[in-house]
Amino acid sequence: MNMSKKEYGEMVKKASPNSRLVSNCVKAFVVGGLICTFGQVLYAMFGALGAGREMSGTLVAVSLIFLAILATGIGKYDDLAKFAGAGAGVPITGFANAVAAPAIEFKKEGYVMGVGAKMFLIAGPVIVYGTLSSMVVGLIYYFVR
Amino acid sequence: MQKRCGAQTVLFANPVGIMAAASIVGPKEGEGPLGAKFDRVEKDPMLGVESWEKAESELVKAAAKAAAEKARVAMDDFDYIIAGDLMNQSTGSIFGLRETMRPYLGIFGACSAIGEGMSIGGMLIDGGFASKVLCLASSHFCSAEKQFRFPLEFGSQRPPTSSWTVTGAAGVVLGAAAGPSVMGCTTGKMIDMGVKDAHNMGAAMAGAAADTIAAHFEDASRTADYYDLIITGDLGYVGQELLLELMKKKGHDIAHKHRDCGIEIFDRNTQDTHSGGSGCACSGVVFAAFFLERMKSGEIGRILFVPTGALMSPVSVQQGESIPGIAHAVVIENVRTCGQ
Amino acid sequence: MDYIKAFMVGGAICVLGQILIDKTKMTSARILVLFVVIGVFLGGIGLYPRLVEFAGAGASVPLPGFGNILAKGVMQEVDRAGFIGILTGGIKAAAAGIAAAVLFSFAAALIFEPKAK
Repeated sequence: MNMSKKEYGEMVKKASPNSRLVSNCVKAFVVGGLICTFGQVLYAMFGALGAGREMSGTLVAVSLIFLAILATGIGKYDDLAKFAGAGAGVPITGFANAVAAPAIEFKKEGYVMGVGAKMFLIAGPVIVYGTLSSMVVGLIYYFVR
Repeated sequence: MQKRCGAQTVLFANPVGIMAAASIVGPKEGEGPLGAKFDRVEKDPMLGVESWEKAESELVKAAAKAAAEKARVAMDDFDYIIAGDLMNQSTGSIFGLRETMRPYLGIFGACSAIGEGMSIGGMLIDGGFASKVLCLASSHFCSAEKQFRFPLEFGSQRPPTSSWTVTGAAGVVLGAAAGPSVMGCTTGKMIDMGVKDAHNMGAAMAGAAADTIAAHFEDASRTADYYDLIITGDLGYVGQELLLELMKKKGHDIAHKHRDCGIEIFDRNTQDTHSGGSGCACSGVVFAAFFLERMKSGEIGRILFVPTGALMSPVSVQQGESIPGIAHAVVIENVRTCGQ
Repeated sequence: MDYIKAFMVGGAICVLGQILIDKTKMTSARILVLFVVIGVFLGGIGLYPRLVEFAGAGASVPLPGFGNILAKGVMQEVDRAGFIGILTGGIKAAAAGIAAAVLFSFAAALIFEPKAK
């Protein structure tokens, strides 16, 4: 075919509909904002029950993780994410969904090589690069503090 | 008689009859515009077994049985079974067919499998090496998502260029019969247009479809006028637009004759399938349930059936390879009397 | 007021993620990694804690907040235990989140079956 890949790339771009950015962003904003607001409500609640700031923060994270994984199990979190995109993916609930989804999907391959090995298929990189960058920060901090 | 005709095309000495074709699909396909036409619509996407992969094998098994029954051929009478799917090492086909105890040819042509199978089957019969061949193709939305994308419960948005893998299996029985018959085939070359986006397979395959269709016209000295319809496999809306434009650049206007199985199988407005259906089952079940029936009723007489495939693997995509496309054209015409 | 701030800031961080998804074709796994790493470094230079101070859960619930916890933890451990804190601090601070995700996901795998869409 006497057409360069670049020319074809231009043709493909023209033929391919774009994502609806504005409407996607509005949905991401509202849903992501609501999840965070709910986190704030939990935070105030744990505070009122006598938990300190740090403890409340941890409890909020654990509660949100629990709820997201429950929603993943009953097959509702992917519906939310389809609607809200990053609004459901970026909060800690999205991380929890990324851990639970492969755990459930790969149970057919067994509890060791399926659930155990595949659990961090998507979220593993978050832990790896989060830990590595925390070490970089720690190293710098050690010398400059 | 010289059967080879040009660089890529074979025209058979005798028509190879399509004795029957069967289609088994999942619930979503059953809700689509062709829902009532399929031989069977399964209500449970897991078909009562315990994994998506096993469910796909169940679909293959059911399609093989249904096709054989419709053709009134006993399983033991097939000289060859040719089957292809999308799973690693043909998991869908192998575990659906391991009890058949018939000579088995496993093929991989991604979503072009049914076209590849019918081409090989036709050549085997016209070559005198077989009298009855069963061709199968299958795919399952859930097993494909699990292998190629993300676990089903993982939340993500599908871009508008993405397609929806058809859950189903199709079986086509080739042998001696009057009516719609395979007259020849044009075997596609791998065409890499440099597309790397696994969510835009229509774009990756459109170049291959255009190349094969143009090669067929050239080899057989035909134009689009020869055919009532030119039917591609799973280009979808994005791929269709690209195919028509590429064909125009090659000097062929096929716009009014082109249909795409991926466009026919779902309703894009109500079924959230974006660019259309895809998967090995897509072209197979739409051909079996829709276009073949239209030929049998005499509504259309000649078609060029061009299943398309995106030749990628999860590894090739992760390693940054572009996606080569392939398309196999099968010439099907209504023949009044039985072959010989 | 706390709730409004949490809503606005949390929503805005998610919009950034959405723009990345739609405009760069980055996979969601890459975006999650990017957000956590950004959170770690913004935490390290002390900017993210200020955002958390301002927006509460609006900053701590999105993934950069998770990165921020890693950074905060590593610096606290370096203060407390010296050099070895570089190794232990991050994961220690994130332990609750990771362990909760492992526990609940394992339980979910025991209870639930994969579902078709």
